[in-house]
Amino acid sequence: MAGYILETKDLGISFGGLKAAQNVNIRIKKNQIYGLIGPNGAGKTTIFNLLTGVYKPTTGTFFLDGEELCGLSQEKINHKGIARTFQNIRLFNNMTVVRNVMVGLHDQPQFKCTVAETLFRLPRHFKTEKDMRERAKELLRIFDLEEERNNLACNLPYGKQRKLEIARALATNPKLLLLDEPAAGMNPHETEDLEKTIHFIRDHFDMTILLIEHDMKFVSGLCDEVTVLNFGTVLAEGDTKTALRDPEVIKAYIGG
Amino acid sequence: MELILSTLINGLSLGGIYAMIALGYTMVYGIAKMLNFAHGDIIMVGGYVIYVFMAFHNPLLAILMAVVFCVLLGITIEKVAYKPLRGASPLAVLITAIGVSYLLQSLAQIIFGSANKMVTVYDFGSVKFLGVTVQVSALVTLAVTVVVMTALTLFVKYTRLGRAMIAVSEDKGAAQLMGINVDGIITITFAIGSALAALAGLFYLLKAPSISSTLGAMPGIKAFTAAVIGGIGSIPGAMLGGILLGVVESISYKITAIAPYTDAIEFSILIIILLVRPTGFLGKKRREKV
Repeated sequence: MAGYILETKDLGISFGGLKAAQNVNIRIKKNQIYGLIGPNGAGKTTIFNLLTGVYKPTTGTFFLDGEELCGLSQEKINHKGIARTFQNIRLFNNMTVVRNVMVGLHDQPQFKCTVAETLFRLPRHFKTEKDMRERAKELLRIFDLEEERNNLACNLPYGKQRKLEIARALATNPKLLLLDEPAAGMNPHETEDLEKTIHFIRDHFDMTILLIEHDMKFVSGLCDEVTVLNFGTVLAEGDTKTALRDPEVIKAYIGG
Repeated sequence: MELILSTLINGLSLGGIYAMIALGYTMVYGIAKMLNFAHGDIIMVGGYVIYVFMAFHNPLLAILMAVVFCVLLGITIEKVAYKPLRGASPLAVLITAIGVSYLLQSLAQIIFGSANKMVTVYDFGSVKFLGVTVQVSALVTLAVTVVVMTALTLFVKYTRLGRAMIAVSEDKGAAQLMGINVDGIITITFAIGSALAALAGLFYLLKAPSISSTLGAMPGIKAFTAAVIGGIGSIPGAMLGGILLGVVESISYKITAIAPYTDAIEFSILIIILLVRPTGFLGKKRREKV
């Protein structure tokens, strides 16, 4: 277990008779950018839902930094250090950009103050509010969103919404960041930009990243290792270039 | 002139009560996305708690106990009746809420009997204003409602907890994945809503010192109407809707002088407003992206 930030052991889930994922073993080392790929319906997002507690697995378990998180509630898993973005962007649309990030900061201990402090408007209340806002702005700066901080999230262009989702996830101070198709719907220029941003997050936040993506060029540019899923099972894993050349993988993608 | 003024003031104080109830409705609907039809009956419970504790002849103690009791009751109802249904169809939750409403009414009738109980909480007296006699309690009602509405708005806008509430109202799932304890937030919402209901109970007793087990039923429905007119989920909307409904009720009562007609007029207005503005005055328009 030592050395792995995330380790899944025979993780699997069935919905009725459908085995959406079975015997999935993924091992991710600290500071890795790791890819989870596979054709549509292969169970990639299902794995994300298992890792974040949205689904409870039927078999197997998983560990974050050696600690078993399987079975905890969604918010507890987040507190333990797994944060995510969504395939279909799920921002708080009618809140401003900066507030979206501040929601991510909600449970950071340094920003908590007691109900009494809030009720009586004690100085600490204003201080924590100010600190939170500053921290949120810092995060937005990284993603070039500081200028837009007072716009409603729903009014941002698509690419920026994706970035805001990453900023909000980072605000929860995770050890492992799960990105669900971060490049979906982006133009080639935005994708290139995103590649740089993800590298920056890894280095600047000392982060480990697990991402789902369909853009193979993007995956081979970013990920050192991948796991390829097909029909809920692991088809291939390991070094990205080798895995992508695997005949089984090519067959799964192209069909036949 | 005096008639107009007295009608208006009467309407405003009645509107203040409706607004107070509507605030509770709208908070719970906005955040937990459920219509708590038992909300009106919490008012009645608050009234009875005041009645019981007025045995000690201390209005402040009675009010405090009413708030505490209603908050505990609200939290308990949420935990026992609504929480197990989270994720169930909204209709199931609605029916449960109606069930809770009847349960509370029946319990009150069993405990206190069906005859009205009389209780005078505090006599504020009255003042002369531009030749019109105004009950001071009406002014107190209005003032407290305005303060509460402002406080709630500030709370939701400028505090960590308030922000979490909005996040939960926007997307429960995403909020939870950002580390927010959604159950905790919903509990707090019910606690706030029930505290407001207890205050509304107090205002009712200030206006007319008589309680029965169905005290909360009609005001509950009217406040719900007010919340819808104002735009359900919107805090200032609840205030606006409540005041508007109170004034309309007061005016139509003056004109027709027959109580059932005033209800007919009020609900007709609701229907007309909903035809013109389905989301209410301050409700958010939902634009579906195609």
